[in-house]
Amino acid sequence: MITEFKSIREVAGPLMVVEGVERAAYGELVNVIISSGEERMGQVLETGEGYAVVQVFEGTQGIDTKSTSVRFTGETVRIGVSSDMLGRVLNGRGTPIDSGPEIIPDEKLDINGEAINPSRRDMPLDFIQTGISTIDLMNTLVRGQKLPIFSGSGLPHNAMAAQVARQAKVRKTEESFAVVFAAMGITHEEAMFFKKEFERTGAIDNVVMLLNLANDPAIERIITPRMALTTAEYLAYEHDMHVLVMLTDMTNYCEALREIAAAREEVPGRRGYPGYMYTDLATLYERAGRIKGRKGSVTQMPILTMPDDDITHPIADLTGYITEGQLVLSRDLHRKGIYPPMNPLPSLSRLMKNGIGKGKTREDHSDVSNQMYAAYAQGVEIRELVAVIGEESLGETDKLYLKFADEFEKKFINQGYEEERSLEQTLDLAWNLLSMLPETEMKRIRKEYLDKYHPKNMVRGKKKLAVEERFAGEDLDVLGADLVDLGGVLKKKKKPKV
Amino acid sequence: MKFKYEVVKLASISKISGPVVVAKNIRGAKMYDVVRVGKEKLIGEVIQLKGDKATIQVYEDTTGLRPGEPVYPTGKPLSIQLGPGLLNNMFDGIARPLEYIANESGDFIRRGIEVPTLDMKKKWDFKPTVKKGEKVKAGQIVGKVKETGVIEHKILAPYGVEGKVAEVNDGKMKVGDTAIILESNKRKIGIKLYQEWPVRSARPYLEKMFPNIPLITGQRILDTFFPVAKGGTAAIPGPFGSGKTITQHQLAKWSDADIIVYIGCGERGNEMTEVLEEFPRLKDPKTGKPLMERTSLIANTSNMPVAAREASVYTGITIAEYYRDQGYDVALMADSTSRWAEAMREISSRLEEMPGEEGYPAYLASKLAAFYERAGRVKALSEKEGSVSVIGAVSPPGGDFSEPVTQNTLRITKVFWALDSSLAYRRHFPAINWLTSYSLYETYLIDYFKKVASEFPELKRRAMEILQKEAELREIVQLVGPDALPEDEKLILETAKAIREDYLQQNAFHDVDSYCGLDKQYQMLKTILHFHEEAGKALKRGIKVNKIARMPVMERIARMKYDANLVKNAENIRKEIDKQLSKLSEVV
Repeated sequence: MITEFKSIREVAGPLMVVEGVERAAYGELVNVIISSGEERMGQVLETGEGYAVVQVFEGTQGIDTKSTSVRFTGETVRIGVSSDMLGRVLNGRGTPIDSGPEIIPDEKLDINGEAINPSRRDMPLDFIQTGISTIDLMNTLVRGQKLPIFSGSGLPHNAMAAQVARQAKVRKTEESFAVVFAAMGITHEEAMFFKKEFERTGAIDNVVMLLNLANDPAIERIITPRMALTTAEYLAYEHDMHVLVMLTDMTNYCEALREIAAAREEVPGRRGYPGYMYTDLATLYERAGRIKGRKGSVTQMPILTMPDDDITHPIADLTGYITEGQLVLSRDLHRKGIYPPMNPLPSLSRLMKNGIGKGKTREDHSDVSNQMYAAYAQGVEIRELVAVIGEESLGETDKLYLKFADEFEKKFINQGYEEERSLEQTLDLAWNLLSMLPETEMKRIRKEYLDKYHPKNMVRGKKKLAVEERFAGEDLDVLGADLVDLGGVLKKKKKPKV
Repeated sequence: MKFKYEVVKLASISKISGPVVVAKNIRGAKMYDVVRVGKEKLIGEVIQLKGDKATIQVYEDTTGLRPGEPVYPTGKPLSIQLGPGLLNNMFDGIARPLEYIANESGDFIRRGIEVPTLDMKKKWDFKPTVKKGEKVKAGQIVGKVKETGVIEHKILAPYGVEGKVAEVNDGKMKVGDTAIILESNKRKIGIKLYQEWPVRSARPYLEKMFPNIPLITGQRILDTFFPVAKGGTAAIPGPFGSGKTITQHQLAKWSDADIIVYIGCGERGNEMTEVLEEFPRLKDPKTGKPLMERTSLIANTSNMPVAAREASVYTGITIAEYYRDQGYDVALMADSTSRWAEAMREISSRLEEMPGEEGYPAYLASKLAAFYERAGRVKALSEKEGSVSVIGAVSPPGGDFSEPVTQNTLRITKVFWALDSSLAYRRHFPAINWLTSYSLYETYLIDYFKKVASEFPELKRRAMEILQKEAELREIVQLVGPDALPEDEKLILETAKAIREDYLQQNAFHDVDSYCGLDKQYQMLKTILHFHEEAGKALKRGIKVNKIARMPVMERIARMKYDANLVKNAENIRKEIDKQLSKLSEVV
């Protein structure tokens, strides 16, 4: 049922009111044909007898109230999906903008999707190794999770996201993996960075890129992530792929949402964002997950820049309430030259406990992670204290904690852009750092794991690990009391041989 | 739920804006009546009337609806079926079983599905408890059904139904079959295994009773310091990542209620899945049966329709009250009431109502109050004692407790468990701040705790005193460093550290530590305070605190929580403390 109207009554911001429409469906897709012949896409936001409020995704510039015609298509907004989309670059409305051929869709799917029935969801359980220590050990990502990166302007979130996309793998399996990358209002330069990275590593053949750049229409950003997620769901549930969806930058998405709300003269919520922003964001983020009986999965890694690094800003705040944790980048760490500057303290992965432990990663993973958290938090707290009272008046243990915090940042958080650490390497590194502290401080680690994995015990035990090699190049004095002790053990062991 | 459509001439849609639909020619529809909207007969509820127009909030997605489509009033308020089959099951916000919806529409939720709450085909073994000729009052127990391995479902005479028993059936029957027939004024009334109840009205009871029995949760900080009573109300506000959901899950798992109603209101889908996966595997410490057998779940995840979110808390509390009336202690967890308030705000703004604080409707406070007031320990119409305890999570934006939902909740609830992100960042879990939290039930419950051990309340008071003192001392330490403190104050810091790390912190994922009984709590606290007292005596003999803090027994204190047999071993640890302290004295 296609009906065409030329009766635009009002145009304001991204919205227009069309009169004389008797039966426009709520959410219906609208084609707007302006006098130059250009066709634009819109959607019905409100409908009543005799009128419909339409938001125009490509902006309202050039629309007049005389000759512009509006065609109601009788359909909701859909995207044509096909596995041929892999390796292609599309614009924010799903039209190819690379030099490749047109994509012949297998199916046309409603971009709003439907809510997964909670009783049909399957628990996200598979550990994804990202090769980044702070994520793998302390904020583990699992398949089907939604884990955003909270960043700030000027922080290297793009590099970190690209590194995750490049290195992410599920151990011991050879399953097909795809990345759906949706850009919302980022610069051409940033988009090209991702494209080059995907090309350089050969991943581009498994990537679908949807690009809405900074100079593209802002309202289009409302549909870009939905297009991306619909594509991801199609690849995951119809083609059994494990899809990682990267949405950047969610801040721009929310700005677009606010723009529409303001144009509709809605009662604003906090900082002018609409009161339904939580629900709206949830309809995006909740599309991550796994479904019982289906092989594929949708994992989301949205990126958002917190205005003024403020984690309580509505965008970060509402996101954190919906997503299963967050990875928070810190300007302080960045200034110290640490990459990735991810601060583990405010970061969190809620689904971590499901993906780690015996049979999944290693039995001591959870305890070591907790201990690292507690020790680093203590170290940071003491660091603040030192700023006031000076290091001299600290107790013995406190000095060790202070040292620990520094070493933790330098050796554990810090790693190269090209450096990929296996989980075992990360755990070893963690144990080495923890062994700086006295064993009585290891309250979070079960006795049996202490006995089994503490470097000191590893030497005494039969497991002949090349301890000297592990500490090669380390300044034993710096590493603190227990390690010095360890040095003693090593020497004692060597002596009888001579 | 079969609706009889009373077709009013030409009632049709005149406007659609998100979940809010305006219907015209609908004169005669009552406030809060259920209506079916559009060709697909989506479920909606009348929330405003103006002339012959009615504003309707629709519980399902409205995309694709058009003006002019028909609207069917049902003449009934939003009601749910109450009867056997509510437990061990998961429903959406308007009590439709999600498993059934999945069978009908697949992995994704389609709309317009009409499903009864209860399985109408399943047969239950009904055992009557009344005899022919007996007089039956409204709300009285007339029979029972074994609903799950742990719960015996009492069949109640519906409200407003009474008379002499004329006929009694027993044996296998479906919920829709007539079990008992009453005769009153020569009129015969059948009692089925289920009854309907409008969710927005509280179920009646004989009298409310004083809340003087604690709801034991097995969580040390809650039971020892901030206990909630059976029939009480508690609020857990906290920023994201501070552990609201885990605390709610822990309460659902371990609290000593008979029935758990868990409402996932506008929260994460994966979390509901977790409950669904975990609860059938976990064993109830009391009965040894799977926890799921005493649990009813309401799931309206954040991407499900917003209007149904508003209804979900009422659905949940109606189910809770129904089991209370059977004489059970019910604990209801609502996670999160902020999403419920936001749903109200969204609907209110679509109605273009004058907004109150932060855009919330002006009636926010009264709605919250009315909801929490449905909690309580009561003598039910069946003369049985039952209770509904309500524990509501609050998600304040930016973790700012001054926002309206938190503030209005705190005005009603008697227990405040303040989650603190700075504790969560340090991985101190449960991240409940011991200085700002409070429980107003403490004085009512003191007798109960005295029964556990007569000195328990005194131990609690002393432990809290040490924690308070620590907070003051830490401020001094911030300025002058820990070395400047006198020895006895250093000991307070040391003991406070033990209370914080070895007592208050509790690992929800540790097999033993996840649940800690009251007797174990008492022994642990006693041991830590015993250490404090004895160490204090040692100080007087000239021993330094840093020596004391390095005693090997400190590690045993730290590992008390992981000891499943602590109640037996605690005395040994205390002796060990004495021994090692006296050793230190000898060295001096």
